[in-house]
Amino acid sequence: MSITLGQYLMLSGVLFAVGLCGALTRRNAIIVLMGIEIMFNAGILNLVAFWHFKHFTTITPLMFAIFAIAVAAAESAVGLALVIAIYRQYKSVDVQEMRALKG
Amino acid sequence: MNELVQHQWLIPFLPLVAAGIQSLLPQRSRKLSATLCIGAMTISCVLAIRAFVAVLGAEEGARAIANFTWFEFGTAKLSLGFILDPLTAAMAAMVTFVGLMIFINATGYMAEDENFTRFFCFLSLFAAAMLGLVVANNLLMLFMCWELVGLCSYLLIGFWYFKPSAAAAMKKAFITTRIGDVGFFIGILLLYWHTGTLNLYDGGHGALEQAGTLATLAGWWGLSVASTIALMLFFGAMGKSAQFPLHVWLPDAMEGPTPVSALIHAATMVAAGVFMVGRMYPLFTASSPEFSSDFVMHFVMWVGCITAVFAATIAVAQFDIKRVLAYSTCSQLGYMMMGLGAGGFVGGQFHLLTHAFFKSLLFLGSGCVIIGTHHEQDMRKMGGLRKYMPITFVTYLIGTLALAGVWPFAGFFSKDLILLNTFHVSKWAWGLGTFAAFLTAFYMTRQIFMVFFGEWRGGAGEHHGHEEHEHGHGHHEPHEIPWNMWAPVAVLSLFALGLGWWEHGYHHFVAPGEAAAETGKGVVMGLSVVAGLLGIVLGWWIYGRESWAHAADPDPLVGMIGGLFTFLNRKWYIDEIYEVTIIYVTDVLGRFFGLVDKLVVDGILHTIVRVAWWISQIVRWVGDEFIINGGFDTGCSSVRGWGRIFSKLQNGRVQTYFRVLGLGVAILFIIYYLK
Repeated sequence: MSITLGQYLMLSGVLFAVGLCGALTRRNAIIVLMGIEIMFNAGILNLVAFWHFKHFTTITPLMFAIFAIAVAAAESAVGLALVIAIYRQYKSVDVQEMRALKG
Repeated sequence: MNELVQHQWLIPFLPLVAAGIQSLLPQRSRKLSATLCIGAMTISCVLAIRAFVAVLGAEEGARAIANFTWFEFGTAKLSLGFILDPLTAAMAAMVTFVGLMIFINATGYMAEDENFTRFFCFLSLFAAAMLGLVVANNLLMLFMCWELVGLCSYLLIGFWYFKPSAAAAMKKAFITTRIGDVGFFIGILLLYWHTGTLNLYDGGHGALEQAGTLATLAGWWGLSVASTIALMLFFGAMGKSAQFPLHVWLPDAMEGPTPVSALIHAATMVAAGVFMVGRMYPLFTASSPEFSSDFVMHFVMWVGCITAVFAATIAVAQFDIKRVLAYSTCSQLGYMMMGLGAGGFVGGQFHLLTHAFFKSLLFLGSGCVIIGTHHEQDMRKMGGLRKYMPITFVTYLIGTLALAGVWPFAGFFSKDLILLNTFHVSKWAWGLGTFAAFLTAFYMTRQIFMVFFGEWRGGAGEHHGHEEHEHGHGHHEPHEIPWNMWAPVAVLSLFALGLGWWEHGYHHFVAPGEAAAETGKGVVMGLSVVAGLLGIVLGWWIYGRESWAHAADPDPLVGMIGGLFTFLNRKWYIDEIYEVTIIYVTDVLGRFFGLVDKLVVDGILHTIVRVAWWISQIVRWVGDEFIINGGFDTGCSSVRGWGRIFSKLQNGRVQTYFRVLGLGVAILFIIYYLK
């Protein structure tokens, strides 16, 4: 029994939902970041799945996926740096307490 | 040979790999680092010697090249290449061998340094860069390696960067050589512009093979293109090989650890300049009926000649054991340039080879002395070391005799070859060169007597201002050094002793076409021997008859030449002259332009601002207050009202935004499905 495109997409959707849930409900900034990462990877999984089933002969989608991974890595590095900076400022990583940006 | 040239790249590549690996090693893995460094160099040395033997066995003047394309842009192709010819073969063998000896010695010299691994990493890189320069068949590759050599010397001179003097010296070396490199780079661009290639030899299309054509074209200043390029390249060599007036960095380079000095002064860095002139020699000598090459050649010769005499006079009046050697190197490099400029390709290159052996010997010897006397560099505080360090004494003596040009040591042969060539071109330059030979013999004799004879003047409860007593050296007496320091020195001394006999072989090896000058040989040789002996005798007469009793005594020479000694001790005040001329002028220019900026440019800007301000004042009174403000106030209040409403949305909680975003996406999905 081989895995079909639909199953991949299902997995990707579940991952995305998990990530979204984590990002929306958790109060720890690091876990929020992790949620965002999971969503990112769900998207990349989509890309790779579609590449495998639809465009196996070209390499462009795959390169795009690798590029997205690199961007995600850079983004999470920036995110973590921000969390550390915020921790230094507030002595906490609770996102509920970060409200200095209000209008 | 054609097949060997394919492996030439391995010679610089192995030390490079060693340097790369060492840069990743932790600081404590000393043994591994030294093993890597020496191992890579040993293999390189074996390869270089194998190539050397192959070239030696091939027919005279043989040359093999291996070019390959590096990258293409549009239709232009940039290729690099390796070369195997007598010049490269001899040079590569020398650099790897001398380098290997220095590396072994360095394991002893740096044994107590905490940055041992970093040191060996830089050393490997230095050797790799120099070897790359030697095997390059392409001016661009040569230039890249040339700059790498400069970078490594910068890193190594400033190895003890926490000393302010070392930090200053590293910058000085880098900037001074960079000044020469401007000329070098212009030369490269000119060469590319006129020949369309930077490959030196390329089966008839190489840049050097077109030298004859270039000599017929008119370049700058009434010279042929070939001469113009050669002149520009020579500026680079002047910086690198420390020729007057760009010599100032070399003595300061003494701030680095002594093995580095040995490497810079013998096998790498300064040798690069002379080697490059030798490599580009066809451009220097290319002449045609319309344009002769005399100007460039004479320029090279006179720069060399002036440097040789000038540096030798300074060396006479120095007290730092390494500084004497540094000025001596400067002077000997002047010799090489003088020989090359006088048309003596063989003489110049052979002196480079022999000098590398005996000068690295002398530097390593001085390193042994410095370690043996617990980091003392002032010759006034030495003396009598002959008894304490017999091995160092004997090897140092051999190096000294070789440098002084005493028969049958190596320096005698190469120096005479240069003087003989110069004799046929200019009697004045030859006279000065012989005078420099006299000075060389004199200051080396002075050094020998100050350091090794007489009584030990150092101890006597002095603390030299160093802390090394704290880590274990309880005693003040000098001691003989460990075997890994003197063994390389001993090996080098064999070469200093015997390499000169290879003179004829070398001549046939590198330049079978160049006629050996015979006429006047007796006069030149006789006079140079007399000059050398005179220098030694005079040195003995002044410094050897009665030895110094106390470190604080003035130099006996002061009594004879008086103020001239101070003048020489302060190096002709060249640094001070630079301070008040070039640096001062630059400073003044900088201030002047600063003022221009402040008064003229700022003034104009301020006027414009003033005018604009007045115009705006008028506009404000006429239109602003009445027409615009009235309408604007109304608009503002409505914006403020909306803003109050919308600012509720901006509550600063990221997750709220996120939820709204999620909600929006969900709504979009619902709309999409309903359609």
